[in-house]
Formats: sequence, C-alpha cells, structure tokens
Amino acid sequence: MSIPLLTILGRMTLAFLEAIGSVSAFAFHAVRQAVQPPWYRQQILRQIMEIGYYSLPVVGLTAIFTGMVLALQSYTGFARFSAESAIPNVVVVSLTRELGPVLAGLMVAGRVGAAMAAEIGTMRVTEQIDALTTLSTDPFKYLVVPRLIAGIVTLPLLVLVADIIGILGGFLVGVYKLDFNDAAYLRNTLDFLEFQDVFSGLVKASVFGFLITLMGCYHGYTSKGGAQGVGLATTNAVVSASILILTFNYFITEAFFAR
Amino acid sequence: MASPKISLHGVTKSFGPKKVLQGIDLEIATGESLVVIGGSGCGKSVLLKCILGLIKPNAGSIQIDGEETTDLASQDRARVMRKFGMLFQGGALFDSLRVWENVAFGPIQSDGMPIDEAREVAIAKLGAVGLGPEIGDLYPSELSGGMQKRVALARAIAREPEIIFFDEPTTGLDPIMADVINDLIVKCVHDLGATAISITHDMTSARKIGHRVGMLHEGKLIWQGPVGEIDRSGNAHVDQFIHGRAEGPIRMQVRKL
Repeated sequence: MSIPLLTILGRMTLAFLEAIGSVSAFAFHAVRQAVQPPWYRQQILRQIMEIGYYSLPVVGLTAIFTGMVLALQSYTGFARFSAESAIPNVVVVSLTRELGPVLAGLMVAGRVGAAMAAEIGTMRVTEQIDALTTLSTDPFKYLVVPRLIAGIVTLPLLVLVADIIGILGGFLVGVYKLDFNDAAYLRNTLDFLEFQDVFSGLVKASVFGFLITLMGCYHGYTSKGGAQGVGLATTNAVVSASILILTFNYFITEAFFAR
Repeated sequence: MASPKISLHGVTKSFGPKKVLQGIDLEIATGESLVVIGGSGCGKSVLLKCILGLIKPNAGSIQIDGEETTDLASQDRARVMRKFGMLFQGGALFDSLRVWENVAFGPIQSDGMPIDEAREVAIAKLGAVGLGPEIGDLYPSELSGGMQKRVALARAIAREPEIIFFDEPTTGLDPIMADVINDLIVKCVHDLGATAISITHDMTSARKIGHRVGMLHEGKLIWQGPVGEIDRSGNAHVDQFIHGRAEGPIRMQVRKL
C-alpha cells in the first residue's frame, strides 16, 4: 500500500520539478531574446493596447468598487474606536501597496493570460507557429517577446490608474455616505501617501505583468492536441499566473516592508 | 546526378518508443519534384519537418545545397529558411491578418520590404493563383477551403523560394478544386524552377505534380522511382497503396468490432 503511494508522490514531485525547469528555461530564453534585436514594434504596440487599453474597463470597475468597500468596511470597524479619520489612510495604503496591483493582476490574468494562451495555443495546433519559422521569422521573438515586454511595461500603468480610481471610490463613499469633509479626506489621503507605497505597488505590477504574460505564452506555446489541449492551456495559464501573483506578492512585500 | 539540392543520409527520429523515421536516405536534384506517398502515421510529415528544421532528427545528416543543417544556430536557420516555401496541410494562415498581409508576411517581416511594395507583390501572387485583388482585404476565416489553400500557396511562393514543400495539398478539397490546386502547383514550381517535395495520399495528385515518387512505410523509404514506373514498381506495398486495397502486406492498425 505504501509503495504505490510513494510512487505517486515521487511521480508528482518529478512532474512538478520538470514543470519548474521547463518554465524557467522558457523564461530564461524569453529574457535573452528580449534583449536582442529585432524587436517587432507593431506587435509590442498591439499587445500594449490589448493588455492596457482593453483591460481598463474591467480593472477600473474592480478598483472603484474595491475602494468603496474598503472605505465602508473600515468605517464599520474604526467607528468602534472613534478612529474614523484613519479611513483615508487605510484606503490609500491598502490600494497602492496591495489591492491595486494584486486585483489588477488577477483580473488581467483572467482576461489577457487566458486570451494569450488560447491564441498562441491555437496557432500551435494549427501549425501557424511552424509557418512563422518557414517564413524566416523566429516565433519566439514574434509572439512571446512582444507580449512579455508589453506586460512588464503596461501593467504598472494600469495599476496606477487602478490606484487613482480606487482612491476615488473610497473618497466617494467617505464624502457622500460617511459624511467626511471632502477637503479633509483628500488632505488625509495625501498626508498618508508615501512614495514607497506607490513604488512598491508598481514594482509588483511589473513583476505580475511578466508572470501573467509568461504563463500565457508558455502554456499556449507548449500546448498539444486540438481544442482540448488549447482549453487546458488556457485554464493552466490563468491558474498558474494567479498562484504566482499571490506567491510573488508576499516575497516582494517582504523585500520592501519587512523590518 | 549533379550535386543534389537536398540530401538526407541515415535520418532517424523517434518519439519515445515509437520509431517514426528509421534511416532515411534520399537525394533530390535541383528542379526535381518528388512526391512522398504512404499511409497515415508513416512519418511523411515528420520527414518534411526534419528537413525544415522544425523537428530535430535523432541521427543522420540533412544537407541543403551541400550545407549541413541539422545543427544550425537560429540566425543561420533563418538564412537557410529563406530558400524554402511551405504549403501546410490546413493552410496555417494567420487568423489575425488579412489575406494580403498573410501573403506579404515573409517579404515584410523577414526581407524588410516596404509595406506598399509588399502589398503589390501580394496582389500579384494572389493573381498567380487565380484570386482577385478584392480577396486581399478579407480575413482567412471568410474564405472557402479551396481559396484558403490558394492563399497559402500564394504565401508559399511570395518570396520566390528555391525549394517548396507541399503537405497534403489536395486533402479536403473536391476533385475539381483539387485539380485546380494541382495545376497551380505544377505551374508555380515550373515558373520558379523550384525543387519540390510533396506528401500526399492522393494518387491523382501524385501522378500530376511529381517527377519521382517515393513510398514511406514504417519509417523507411521502401521504394522510389520515376512517376511513370509506379504502376510497375514490382513492390507489393506500393501496389496495394496506389490501388487503395484493404488486403495486402500493409495492415491497418484497427481493432475488430
């Protein structure tokens, strides 16, 4: 009984290590290719539009409701200790340090990571990636590198917008529902806002952008079979990117704020 | 035979325990059109992909114009690829690009041709395969299967390659459209003076587009000769295949119900 269990555990461990090795080799190759010409500027711009511009509605909606809920929940807790004045502080710090980058990352992973895996996966199973090679175009440079560059560059901008919209959501609830003085709320927000809070959030966003696009590209690029393989690649891209976002979030937070 | 355009010696390829190619020796002269026939799963597509460098063989030598290509770095691979054009079985047209952009992809992305000039080249190549300029602004999904094949052929010849590969060019087409594609292949190969390798199950197509035929069976090239001699090959496998008989030395791997 114990031998089959050990066998299963051993196989799972090997498969896990193999997956880590495979993703690491893919990431290393991608980074190496990203620093060498040629760069397909049209592709990079297209991906910036896809990741940034077209994700604005979903990220904006997530941010505004998160900011609103944060203000409301903080009020219900802080009112017991007559600490309502800390609400702008909680909203701005929570959003810029954590919720802005993490929620934007998760939303983009669901929207963009899945789409990338599906598009590249379909190109793989319909031989379009082979066709790129026969047209003297390195598919890695044409498909993977522009997405990675766009992810690294665009997600911080998206998170910056999400931070502003989220703070606005908290402001709206604070002023129009909780009867804060609007000037006082804004002053409190600005007083508590520190450069490092925003900067750490943007660093996280950049790393998340890399992870989301890496997972989308990796699972799409290595997909096999037909529609089922592409479906599996899409699911794996979203799940693995989400887990990596939450994992890296902890380590980056520790790097910035651990005493 | 003069120095061959494509030369393979002892090429083997396995996927796990499955031996797909088992020591292929093959030489194709400049301007020659070779058709490789064989049952499904016998290694025809793998053979083409090994020559193209899309799959790395386990052993053996593949030379293009005398240059060994099995271990080329990516930049050298791109240079050698400049000699090739490939018509994929399913067309492999890029969904997100318009038809003219598909045809002009090689000239623009790889050769650095200005877009306006590349568009003119694309329209001319579409004309060469019997498609009007108005087709150029459509997306591949808006075309029929036959038209997609023609666009894929236009893309394959857009850079005027020295070597063209055709992977099942008539599969999925009605007999009339299949003949149209066959005629276009013969014309394009002749006009370009290209060396061609086609893989097909379609014997009508094989007889029309090939100068020489080779039969692949269980990863080995079991017969090759001029297309005119295929009916008197004296090889039972070839006879069974070209006449499409269920009975013979080739046993299909099907489970009895």
